[in-house]
Amino acid sequence: MLFQVNQHEAYCYTGGKALNPALPTVVFIHGAQNDHSVWALQSRYFAHHGYNVLAVDLPGHGRSKGDALTCIEDMADWLIALLDTAQIPEATLVGHSMGSLIALETCARAKDRVKRLCLLGTAYPMRVSDTLLNAARDEEQTAIDMVNIWSHTSMAHKPSFPGPGFSVLGGSQRLMQRMSKINPAQLFYTDFFACNAYANGEAAAQTVQCPTLFLIGKKDMMTPPKATGTLSKIISHGKTVLLDNCGHSLMSEQSEAVLNTLFQFVKV
Amino acid sequence: MSGPHYPGFDTLSLHAGAAPDPSTGARATPIYLTSSYVFKDSDQAASLFNMERAGHVYSRISNPTNAVLEERIAALEGGVAGIAVASGQAAMHLGLSTIAGAGSHIVASRALYGGSQNLLAYTMKRFGIETTFVDPRDMNAWRNAIRPNTKALFAETLGNPGLDVLNIPTVANIAHENYLPLMVDSTFTTPYLLRPFDLGADLVFHSATKFLCGHGTAIGGLLVDGGTFDWQQAYEKTGRFAELCEPYDGFHGMVFTEESTVAAFSLRARREGLRDFGACMSPHNAFAILQGIETLGLRMDRHVANTRKVVDFLAAHPAVASVSYPELPSHPDYELAKTLLPKGCGAVFSFNLKGDRAAGQRFVESLNIFSHLANVGDAKSLVIHPASTTHFRVPAEQLSASGITEGTMRLSIGLENVDDLIEDLTRGLKVAQKGA
Repeated sequence: MLFQVNQHEAYCYTGGKALNPALPTVVFIHGAQNDHSVWALQSRYFAHHGYNVLAVDLPGHGRSKGDALTCIEDMADWLIALLDTAQIPEATLVGHSMGSLIALETCARAKDRVKRLCLLGTAYPMRVSDTLLNAARDEEQTAIDMVNIWSHTSMAHKPSFPGPGFSVLGGSQRLMQRMSKINPAQLFYTDFFACNAYANGEAAAQTVQCPTLFLIGKKDMMTPPKATGTLSKIISHGKTVLLDNCGHSLMSEQSEAVLNTLFQFVKV
Repeated sequence: MSGPHYPGFDTLSLHAGAAPDPSTGARATPIYLTSSYVFKDSDQAASLFNMERAGHVYSRISNPTNAVLEERIAALEGGVAGIAVASGQAAMHLGLSTIAGAGSHIVASRALYGGSQNLLAYTMKRFGIETTFVDPRDMNAWRNAIRPNTKALFAETLGNPGLDVLNIPTVANIAHENYLPLMVDSTFTTPYLLRPFDLGADLVFHSATKFLCGHGTAIGGLLVDGGTFDWQQAYEKTGRFAELCEPYDGFHGMVFTEESTVAAFSLRARREGLRDFGACMSPHNAFAILQGIETLGLRMDRHVANTRKVVDFLAAHPAVASVSYPELPSHPDYELAKTLLPKGCGAVFSFNLKGDRAAGQRFVESLNIFSHLANVGDAKSLVIHPASTTHFRVPAEQLSASGITEGTMRLSIGLENVDDLIEDLTRGLKVAQKGA
């Protein structure tokens, strides 16, 4: 579904269903160098189980036009503008990695509009090593390889994503490459720079009052479980769930566990 | 070793897609001989049917044993998905029928396996899909054959019968300049010798019956989606590929390119093609092919090493008129092969025996180790004499139009001790010439 946000076309996957103002809404926010399709299973399930779904393509990613935004705060403002355009007064925000920071900051800026907050593969501060940051700037394919390898724990994902017969590692690599092809203006570097530079996490967390879920892969090398500690201590009412046999690509490595945990948390 | 790295080819050959069985701990991939899978509840059933959850419903569409094979070939090729089907022919049909229908057009190399040639020239034509055949070495011919209704360019990585080496980067560029995918049959090269996606191809298929299985025990095909082709961009630029980019009434109005940015093709191929055409692979065969793939690298090295020795032997033999193998300087693609196929040009090739059709028959019948049959890519060495088998009704003057003489022999070099193969061929050549 296409919207106009800040004079640019903004694409959201709605899970194969039309938006229904009578239903509660769940917004899915992808991470760096990704698009809406990383939520394919989870978003489609919610859309067919009583929710409006907006799985966004952030500006400069996937089908959304415009330059990629350069800081988390601007991304949060864009998300609020999207909710305005879509006439969604209140939503549950589900964010992965960079998307989790956007969800957090959005919650701080518009807490009356956030019903629940789900932070997957999150960390604060979300430091990006100089090696990775420089690779993203100078050798994007190298950065893609680094992130792909560090984000996965196995050569065999069952039942695989988005279904049997698909290669999780291959799909993840190609998606990042596709983002580079669609937007050759150093998208990965822009996203990583934004993650690295985000400095409002603690202040934002202190404003969070809504039910919050931290969903973390036990073997996550990109945002290791201990890196969630700063936020989970501040949002002390939050619930933390650690997933076995799971790295940073939670939605594809453990698609069932992610869906079941999210749905149980959101539907209460 | 420093820095992160992907697992190597041999590691992937053994492990990609396979984990110890969660219920039994079995280390080898079990053969799941089951047609269907019990649902946990009605909601899970509905969500599996509607692609809201990943899992198995019915073995025509997916099966745990087949999934290991599919994920393994995807990993070895560097693609996003594999689909296991009943044969190489089924893989080719599934690949083309996913994006082409009545009124569509294919541009194909004229140097194709006979079965592929038949499918394109006669059978698919009957369903309204036309094909223009071109000389695979003629880049202008590829370019000029493209029409507004063209849906794909198609060729073999090593063409039949002359082992034409497909210039994948150049043909892929021609395809992509026209917002078209390049599909290749990579049966003769396998991912060990050539990874077509790395060179620009978008879709790959294999007759897994051949080197992937490697032991002549199972018929099967594998279709692999590289995830490289941007179907949505092609649709927006040309209007082609509505099959993937517009709502599909046959699957809940799904728009496959919305569901998956990089694997839309595979989603439709599985959810429509396997579902409706039904050419699925038996899990028994998937298991046999998995066993073969575990040793693919080891075997291909030996296949190529043996082939090189046999080629050298034949090229120097006085009873042999010519040998066609791209590693020979006499082959038209000698230079290209050095670039694209540095690990070797496979183990299937042809040579022309001096003499008539009868000499060819005497040669074939005198061999002891080489088996006279219609297959390639077995661990055992194979031979066929086209003029007395596949082309036995064709007059000599017409054979030459197909690049075949009365003395043409196709060999598939196996894993035996190469000295024994050469001894066998020496005997055969001697008998062949006796009647001359």
